[in-house]
Amino acid sequence: MASGIQMGALQEHSREELEHFRSGDEAAFEALFRRHQRAVFGWILRIVRDPGTAEDLTMETFLHIHRARLRFDPARDFEPWARRIATHAAVDWLRARRPETPMPDEYLAEVASPPEPDPALTAETRRGVLLALGRLPPRLRVAALLAVVEERPHKEVASALGITTAAVKLRVFRAMRRLRTDLEQQGIKP
Amino acid sequence: MKMQGTEKSEQGTDRIELLLRKTIPPVGEGHEPPHDLWPALQARLSAEPPHPARLPSVPWFDWALAACLALFALLFPAAVPMLLYYL
Repeated sequence: MASGIQMGALQEHSREELEHFRSGDEAAFEALFRRHQRAVFGWILRIVRDPGTAEDLTMETFLHIHRARLRFDPARDFEPWARRIATHAAVDWLRARRPETPMPDEYLAEVASPPEPDPALTAETRRGVLLALGRLPPRLRVAALLAVVEERPHKEVASALGITTAAVKLRVFRAMRRLRTDLEQQGIKP
Repeated sequence: MKMQGTEKSEQGTDRIELLLRKTIPPVGEGHEPPHDLWPALQARLSAEPPHPARLPSVPWFDWALAACLALFALLFPAAVPMLLYYL
């Protein structure tokens, strides 16, 4: 019971804070930034896989959040809204990159724990997969990275991309089909 | 026959998913920016020109329609009650 009351007070405080943020209060914005910057940074990192870029895009995301504050509904959760803006910023960054840029292999070691070595997986196959992934259109690449590599729930990916769960499944399926075709064209049998 | 084709396609997709997971390690949880981003963000916010949070903009077509209606009301004031009746 006590925890229920505490939770209610916390939510009320949070709602009040969101109202302050919406009205342009810098202290409320700073509090929100400090509470959510880690989650936003981590989410962007999952897409761009480069800490420096993720840092820049985190700042871009919060600048956008600040500019768009009047469109935010304080009755709703802040984090899904922020995640959606962050996803759009990351997808725009992927679009702006030179097409056919392979996935940055060197960054992977920096941000992620290396996978278990698989003797069946040759360096050539690895290079081929990274190249094929880099050739995917950004909207398919993001769906594949978040749903397959990061194993995020389809519902969460759908919310971040602003599409339905069925559309996420379709994008993942299309991404896998394109990857298979690309690998076959490279002479790699998956 | 069609069922077999679908199963084959799903198996192929599963193989690619597995290959992708083996090739690319997940970033996972627990990453945070290497340093505090707030001072830099604050500097960028103050460097921006005063930017009133924008209200949803009205499309030009709506403005043109409103101007036409206003002109119509000025030219034919007798038609205003009829116009209001049909609104």
